[in-house]
Amino acid sequence: MDFLSLYVTLKLALVATILLLLIAAPIAYVLAYAHFPGKALFEALIYLPIALPPTVIGFYLILAMGPKGAVGRAWGLLTGGSLLFTFLGIVAASVLYSIPFAVQPIKAAFLKIDPRLLENASVLGLSRFAAFVRVILPNSVGGMAAASILVFLHTIGAFGVLLMVGGSVPGVTKVASIAVYEAVEAMDYRAAGWMSLCFIPISYAFLLLVNRLNGDAKHGV
Amino acid sequence: MAFDLTVKKRLHYFDLDLSLSCDDGRMLVLIGPSGGGKTTLVRMVAGLTMPDEGRIDFHEESWFDSSRGINLPTRKRRIGYVFQEYTLFPHLNLYDNAAFAAVDRKEVDGLLELFGIAHLRKRKPHLVSGGERQRCALCQAIARRPRMLLLDEPFSALDVVTRRGLREELKALKNNLTFPILYVTHDIGEALFLADEILPIVEGQIDRGWMQRTITRQPATGNPARATREPRLALAY
Repeated sequence: MDFLSLYVTLKLALVATILLLLIAAPIAYVLAYAHFPGKALFEALIYLPIALPPTVIGFYLILAMGPKGAVGRAWGLLTGGSLLFTFLGIVAASVLYSIPFAVQPIKAAFLKIDPRLLENASVLGLSRFAAFVRVILPNSVGGMAAASILVFLHTIGAFGVLLMVGGSVPGVTKVASIAVYEAVEAMDYRAAGWMSLCFIPISYAFLLLVNRLNGDAKHGV
Repeated sequence: MAFDLTVKKRLHYFDLDLSLSCDDGRMLVLIGPSGGGKTTLVRMVAGLTMPDEGRIDFHEESWFDSSRGINLPTRKRRIGYVFQEYTLFPHLNLYDNAAFAAVDRKEVDGLLELFGIAHLRKRKPHLVSGGERQRCALCQAIARRPRMLLLDEPFSALDVVTRRGLREELKALKNNLTFPILYVTHDIGEALFLADEILPIVEGQIDRGWMQRTITRQPATGNPARATREPRLALAY
């Protein structure tokens, strides 16, 4: 069995989850509390990856990250390397691909916080940033956990976008979902079967955890 | 006076147009029918609602002045504000709530002791009673050593017995406080018990005849839907 691709999958999911929490929290804050013209357009843009075929996202990422794309050129100037077909490339692709799944639950958790708590925070002398750190974040732990797990699972399940951006370099960008596809292509049903079987308990256990977290949030604990 | 305010604001049903002042160590009670603009006024003092025009001065400092474009942010006014309910931070226990903005954390234990909730210091707010939560909210407000205290119906969500106990504690505490206190209530008994001065506010205006009319059961306004919500002086007081 292809343990290497399972390892790449888990490593990718972990890195993407941590990065996405850091990126999604400020975006969710803006969507929950800020008012500015064009907010609806910005919000729809953030959620766009849900509504696009992964291959379409992958296609534009190839254009952007390729040697002629803006991101690819800037990266080339900075490091001399390429983003396409590297682990970092599929991390960037996963982050973009899963961003709606991180932003949505965190935003929902932020909106659930009683606005009077934030008023009290400013009465007590807290700046907006201090209130974010001392009041909003500690009261959104459930939403952050739900977001982490959703992103983790969504990244494990990614296929099209990773195949396009990362290709299938063993040990670097060949994730388990791609390994299953390749095994089936090669008529190696035995390998494909074992790999597939690995997914079910992992994904199922995490989904149970999400439901538990959401249930806890509902009971206000 | 330590605190002077003159504000105007257009509200949904009427225009708020008020002028008042309060000296250090004095408690000014704002009373009147609900929906009369009392809370809006307190929120303006706190900087949570902006007046259309007017000025709010605290000693030599200007907190708000529409003619000079001054609007000091809430966090810089250094006030204590106890809301009706639900403003303790749910993720912190009572001690951490009281110490949230404390100038000197050593004072916190004494305050919890003073308000009789020291034994609950490790409990989260949802595990104590409403009266205990409001006691903690008072500790939180006083621990930050405010320059002024705003109390917006702090005891109105509590049962009668708890409410009477708390207002007695507050009256005792008041003698040690050296800053102006604004207290909002619609309970005439509470107002008479606590106030150094009572200011009736009806539909955004000061209406000094309101108490008298209330006692003689004349409606404050010609609008019957509003008149039914007016507080009445309990005959048993």
